[in-house]
Amino acid sequence: MVDRIADPWGERTPYGAGEPWPVRVDTFLDGGLAPEDVERWVQAASILHSNGDGLDIAVKDGRIVGVRGRADDRVNHGRVDPKDLYGWQANNSPDRLTRPLLRSGGELREVDWETAMDALVARSKELLDGPGGWGRFGFYTSGQLFLEDYYTLGVLGKAGLGTPHMDGNTRLCTATAGATLKASFGTDGQPGSYADVDHCDALALWGHNVAETQTVLWMRMLDRRAGPDPPRMLAVDPRPTPVAREADVHLAVRNGTNQALTNGLIRELIDNGWIDEPYVKAHTMGFEELEGTVDPYTPEKVAEICGVEARQVREAAELLGTCERLFSTVLQGFYQSNQATAAGCGVNDIHLLRGMIGRPGCGLCQMNGQPTAQNTRETGANGDLPGFRNWDNESHIEELAEVWNVEVEKIPHWAPPTHAMQIFRYAEQGSIELLWISATNPAVSLPELSRVREILAKDDLFVVVQDLFMTETAALADLVLPAATWGEKTGTFTNVDRTVHLSEKAVDPPGEAKADLEIFLDYARRMDFRDRDGEPLVKWSDPEGAFEAWKECSRGRPCDYTGMTYEKLRRGPVQWPCNEEHPEGTERLYTDADFNTYPDFSETFGHDLTTGAAQTEDEYRAKEPEGRAFLHAIPYRPSPEVPSEEHPLLLTTGRTVFHFHTRTKTGRAPQLDAAAPDVWVEVHPGDAAPLGIAEGDEVQVSSPRGALVAKARLSGIRPGVVFVPFHYGSWDTGSARVRAANELTITAWDPVSKQPLFKIGAVRLDRIGAGDGEPAPAPTNTASAPVGDGVPATAGGERAEATSRVGG
Amino acid sequence: MAEVQLAHYLGFLHRSQLDLARAFREVGEGHAEEADIFHISGTLAEQCDRHAEKLQPFAERYGEEEAEEPDRLHSELFKGTREGPIGLLRDLHDLYLMAAEVDVSWTLVAQAAQGARDAELLEVVEGCEEETATQMAWLKSRMKEAAPQALVVA
Repeated sequence: MVDRIADPWGERTPYGAGEPWPVRVDTFLDGGLAPEDVERWVQAASILHSNGDGLDIAVKDGRIVGVRGRADDRVNHGRVDPKDLYGWQANNSPDRLTRPLLRSGGELREVDWETAMDALVARSKELLDGPGGWGRFGFYTSGQLFLEDYYTLGVLGKAGLGTPHMDGNTRLCTATAGATLKASFGTDGQPGSYADVDHCDALALWGHNVAETQTVLWMRMLDRRAGPDPPRMLAVDPRPTPVAREADVHLAVRNGTNQALTNGLIRELIDNGWIDEPYVKAHTMGFEELEGTVDPYTPEKVAEICGVEARQVREAAELLGTCERLFSTVLQGFYQSNQATAAGCGVNDIHLLRGMIGRPGCGLCQMNGQPTAQNTRETGANGDLPGFRNWDNESHIEELAEVWNVEVEKIPHWAPPTHAMQIFRYAEQGSIELLWISATNPAVSLPELSRVREILAKDDLFVVVQDLFMTETAALADLVLPAATWGEKTGTFTNVDRTVHLSEKAVDPPGEAKADLEIFLDYARRMDFRDRDGEPLVKWSDPEGAFEAWKECSRGRPCDYTGMTYEKLRRGPVQWPCNEEHPEGTERLYTDADFNTYPDFSETFGHDLTTGAAQTEDEYRAKEPEGRAFLHAIPYRPSPEVPSEEHPLLLTTGRTVFHFHTRTKTGRAPQLDAAAPDVWVEVHPGDAAPLGIAEGDEVQVSSPRGALVAKARLSGIRPGVVFVPFHYGSWDTGSARVRAANELTITAWDPVSKQPLFKIGAVRLDRIGAGDGEPAPAPTNTASAPVGDGVPATAGGERAEATSRVGG
Repeated sequence: MAEVQLAHYLGFLHRSQLDLARAFREVGEGHAEEADIFHISGTLAEQCDRHAEKLQPFAERYGEEEAEEPDRLHSELFKGTREGPIGLLRDLHDLYLMAAEVDVSWTLVAQAAQGARDAELLEVVEGCEEETATQMAWLKSRMKEAAPQALVVA
């Protein structure tokens, strides 16, 4: 038995380069049940992060009673993340929404589905009537629905209502991943494979606390590190994460300075001749300009900007420059920070300069955060067009019009699809009058919450919330639609390394809750959306039908699904592209260094990385990229908000291993909830001492936008920086106490990816009092580890006991 | 003397850049609730200031005393920010026209710099000209995004 709260990563199974990663099957079943008590095991995959671990759902008496990792799954080889191990219990939570709720007389009241959908459709038809009707609708979806849901939503939004106002919360999490892949390689799509961990001799983790966000990928990395010929390792992170502690070189850069760092590292690579010149010459564009831009960023200059030592910059460059097989991953420390797209492109540059893409061990993953974020991007539910098509390329729009059998003009393509922050701005100004939010909780997760709450509460905005629980957002809605979730519906989803899993329905949803797909299909039917032959626009009626329709839409595009079927996915996951040419899928992209930058094929005509200005088609064609990748560099520029006398500290927000997003699920799993039950603020002892702050003291963190009170955790975080986890809203406090990190964050975003900047606010810290004398409610076995003694170690106890069997 | 005429243009360009910097700042602050407009306008205002600084030595090189400019060369476009989605569009439109004036001035100064065999001036122009073009591209992108909602929906 293993307590996976006390030991989130479990037992090591060391292995050497090129060897298969050993199998270890993790299982957790409801109190007292043994595997033989389980009636059915239903194939699925992990839902509480982006790793895409194959697992089976255990069912007994029509209820989910546990999960078990799938030994033969290419992603996890049987392992299960602690969030998935315990998180399924939220499905059985007694406070699930089971009936629609409609606001009348200021109160949300239970109604039947007929009444709920009538209200929604009546309002929709009223708004759609007249010129510009399309512009009165906004959709804000998720990274947690299934591919079939997003594709259906995308079609009804783009070809039914004809609105460009659709985005996902993926805007907060992976928009920069997509933006950097497009900017460097021409289209979205991760070049690398998780199997590159098996082959690499160096690992670089850029703002990526993989130990807490994708624990199973971290187990794979740790197992290589514990085996013979372990890869060297670089970590860039201002916090002392488990990754930073494990790394050979740790750069605890000042938040907001990533661009100076990547410029400096590129300069060192060039200066030392650590570049693959024939590769650069044959397969990239922009080397001379890159060389000129990075030239001023000497290790000394980088050291000064980033607040690290010049020696460390040189060590990092040497690690990157002298390895033979480099695998990189990038996440929020880059994506949610200053100059996000540019800095992410800097990592792509490093791989291009070293010619390390598309070979075993040579790869990179611009990571996602959510289980189906990749699908939100692929299907165009997030500010891209379906199939990674280019909104500015008329022939791509014609292809969509052909697939959907609608007129080209029906599909909005006069500008890029509207990004989330702009959708909320239009709602604030009153031009968007119906906002449909599915499977996400913006009242906790968007920046500057006081503003978000005001928008959602506006009288002239009809807010529809489709969710499992009465979230902080649902509480502000005019119409609440109770939805089914993972385990209660069937669909596919795709992880970071393009692996597609089928996740099957195991049990019925509670009460009258409906699958998201069913809700979208019902809406399309009631709105009577038609194609140009007068036939129903949405021609499918179940998940498999939606998948088949999507396959046609994906044909010939980078994310080609045409070679897959549900039947094939039942036999195991497949990496796209999967088509006639690659019937078993594709492990790595760009193996021949032929990139997707051809003007007729690319997803973008490019942007200026400083302003986000779109390049024109003519400008792009004039460059004649023809399969060569783009190298990008811009000068470092300080963040839009920097510390001042009044707000002298930098705020970074983020995650802990025990929670996912706004805790709608993980907060309802007792083992996970107890491991991190309340918000905290991490502060360096050197910053705490002058303010008289000790472990467990109550402190107020305030920014120009708002304030919250939390207990202080004295940790090894970079001096001058404080950290607040963003998971904690108010649904389970039963009080008006303000504790969401996003009360503090700034409304600002990256000019290209439009991803909000959650990592760079300026705040002040004040001691309120000693509190109850207990330490901060932060885990001790994560990046939040205390520096002092006397804090009891995080443990889950008997109720967290799981099994873990090496070898299967 | 011909160089005096170049001095006129340099003086005009210098002043246009300062005007544009001020206008970017005013628009950014006037529409601070549009977070991207606020932040990017600030960045671009600084770019314009830098352009003006870079021009300074050449203004001195080509004319000790700044020649009086013909009135017609002074921009009368921007007279303070307007409000709301249409106001934003009109303000960005004005910025675009002001930037266009700067843009064409760079072209003419570049031509003159070639005629004067002034490689140093040409180098400055080429760097700045590109940034001005990007400023225009950004303004155009942003206006294209905003126009349908402001003109058809709102």
